Amino acid sequence: MGQRILITGISRHLAAKLAQRLERDDQVESIVGVDVEEPEVDLERTEFVRADIRNPLIVKVLQASEADTLVHLNIIATPTRVGGRGVMKEINVIGSLQLFAASQKAKALHKVVMKSTTAVYGAGPNDPAVFTEEMGMRSAPSGGYARDAMEIEQSARDYGRRRRGGVMTILRFANFMGSEIETPLTRYFSMPVVPTPMGFDPRIQFVHEDDAVETLYRAVRADHPGIFNVAADGVLFLSQAIRICGKPSLPIPLPIATPLATAMRRLGLIDFPTDQLQFLVFGRVADNERLKREFGLSPRFSTRQALEEFVTGQKFRRLFTPERAERWERDAYELLNRSLGERAGAPRGIDG
Amino acid sequence: MIAQVIPIQGARRQPDRCQAVTAAGRACRNRARPNGFCGVHQPPAPPERIGPLSAQRVRRLLELGRRRLLGDYEVDEFGFDPELTEKLLLPLVKPLYEYYWRADWLGMENVPSTGAALLVGNHAGTVPVDALVMKFGLLDKHRAHRHVRLLAADLAFRLPVVAPLARKMGNTLACDEDALRLLAGGELVGVFPEGYKGVGKGYKNRYKLERFGRGGFVELALKARVPIVPVAIVGSEEIYPMIHNAKTLARIGGFPYFPITPLFPWFGLFGLIPLPSKWVIRFGEPIRTDQYDEGAWQDGMLVFELADQVRDTVQQMLYEDLMLRRNAFF
Repeated sequence: MGQRILITGISRHLAAKLAQRLERDDQVESIVGVDVEEPEVDLERTEFVRADIRNPLIVKVLQASEADTLVHLNIIATPTRVGGRGVMKEINVIGSLQLFAASQKAKALHKVVMKSTTAVYGAGPNDPAVFTEEMGMRSAPSGGYARDAMEIEQSARDYGRRRRGGVMTILRFANFMGSEIETPLTRYFSMPVVPTPMGFDPRIQFVHEDDAVETLYRAVRADHPGIFNVAADGVLFLSQAIRICGKPSLPIPLPIATPLATAMRRLGLIDFPTDQLQFLVFGRVADNERLKREFGLSPRFSTRQALEEFVTGQKFRRLFTPERAERWERDAYELLNRSLGERAGAPRGIDG
Repeated sequence: MIAQVIPIQGARRQPDRCQAVTAAGRACRNRARPNGFCGVHQPPAPPERIGPLSAQRVRRLLELGRRRLLGDYEVDEFGFDPELTEKLLLPLVKPLYEYYWRADWLGMENVPSTGAALLVGNHAGTVPVDALVMKFGLLDKHRAHRHVRLLAADLAFRLPVVAPLARKMGNTLACDEDALRLLAGGELVGVFPEGYKGVGKGYKNRYKLERFGRGGFVELALKARVPIVPVAIVGSEEIYPMIHNAKTLARIGGFPYFPITPLFPWFGLFGLIPLPSKWVIRFGEPIRTDQYDEGAWQDGMLVFELADQVRDTVQQMLYEDLMLRRNAFF
């Protein structure tokens, strides 16, 4: 008998890609996708069930699907699409609580795979350079997505304790990057001039969407209990990442950064959650050693490659392109040579 | 003798002929080789100097500039940018210790050429430039040109401009996790156990070592099983002689201390110019830790003993080097 899988948040990009990946696997007997909205992409074998994880009826869906594996991806990072921070928190925290409560009633269920984020480590000047899974947070996130993720992880662990013998996998993803996915960070790098915190240059780290899907797929198909950082190899400085995108940056003094971000969100110019500004000041890097060891999986894309793939997939205008930079280099040399160059050897025009 | 001729603009030229102009001022009529000149005439030699720099140097600098503009360089997970450190920061810092403070370097052969080690030094001078001098001195003068990864206080990662620079030079927060990670990677790690107490001590206490923390650096060395290299830095005490610590101002500004020196804050920005003291930096013989067993770091007595041994060694070296130096400024 094959595996029966239930995925929450199927309308979202990552969940849909995971479903597509699982559909190609013969060992998977059934896939049920749950969400309040329909998935963006066409799914063949996946059965879509319109349901809200906040509604107790979710128990019925879990029982009817006879799922043995629950993949919880209905965790939202940005408030705008769902209609405000209040709703976002409701879906994230209360929804997950409800879902795990329902899971206790689903007899066939023995595995939970959950999406979390490296944002749970916070971002601050007191942080170690590289976070491993067992490190506690030194600057606990005070609100927003990171705080939600922390609380969801807590309810997942509580559920795991109540229900012994099952498999619980918590995947802490770094910021997603790639040519298809859309996140606050991809929109940030798409701006014509990229605002940066003045006097700061954080280290950042991505995970390519394909590597994220592959990790989810493996977590579903094999048993890897525990908490794992899912992040690409290598780090970039924010300034470096902006240059790779070919963009100029605009340093903004920190005291006016938050009001500015809020104003720009109100005007609909950019949707960058202010609770993630801290990340753009202090940055964050997570260790992917445990993922490599336990999953036997090396992310295919490094942080740089993930960003480069994003840049090739985008159609935005770039100020700094390799061709232009090469031309500038040649022109600068010619100019210096003409104005300051001295030639060795014989003076002009004398034939030997 | 082979002619070196520069083609003149406007001279009559044919595509398959030599581009050179003869002494008589006529276009050379010999058949051209693939380089555009005949066997008699040579192409003009490339310029050798552009302004004060060699042409090759200018090319390399421009190439460097282009790669930096495109973000085409590598940093490690701590944010260490070796290219920036070696090509930009070292030339900026070098004149300071070489000509301004005239630093003498002793015992540099005690710093291993490969593998991890923990450099433990005295800390003074109100602004922690002694750590930077040690760092760039080893990069510049050590036979293996090693990079020291300094462990810094969180203040360094809180301040704008300082924070990214501290990271790009390869430094990181003084915490066990980071230090062990660096040592496990075979890096040279520099630590100043006196911390703020050392940097912010008054001028009257110069060259008297403060307590070496709680011996955390010894635990670190024992855990990582790496040698401890004691370092004595003479000269940093005199650059900003702190005659008073304005504690109230420090509390208002959120600083660990607020220095009053003969020049600061009275002379404003001029007060920030460090005095040209004479520096001596000495690296002592490594103290091995690999003869102790795995769990030795939990042995409190051993940790204190080793911490005292390191502290005494540094203090002794300081006294010796002070004798070497005739005067604080010569």
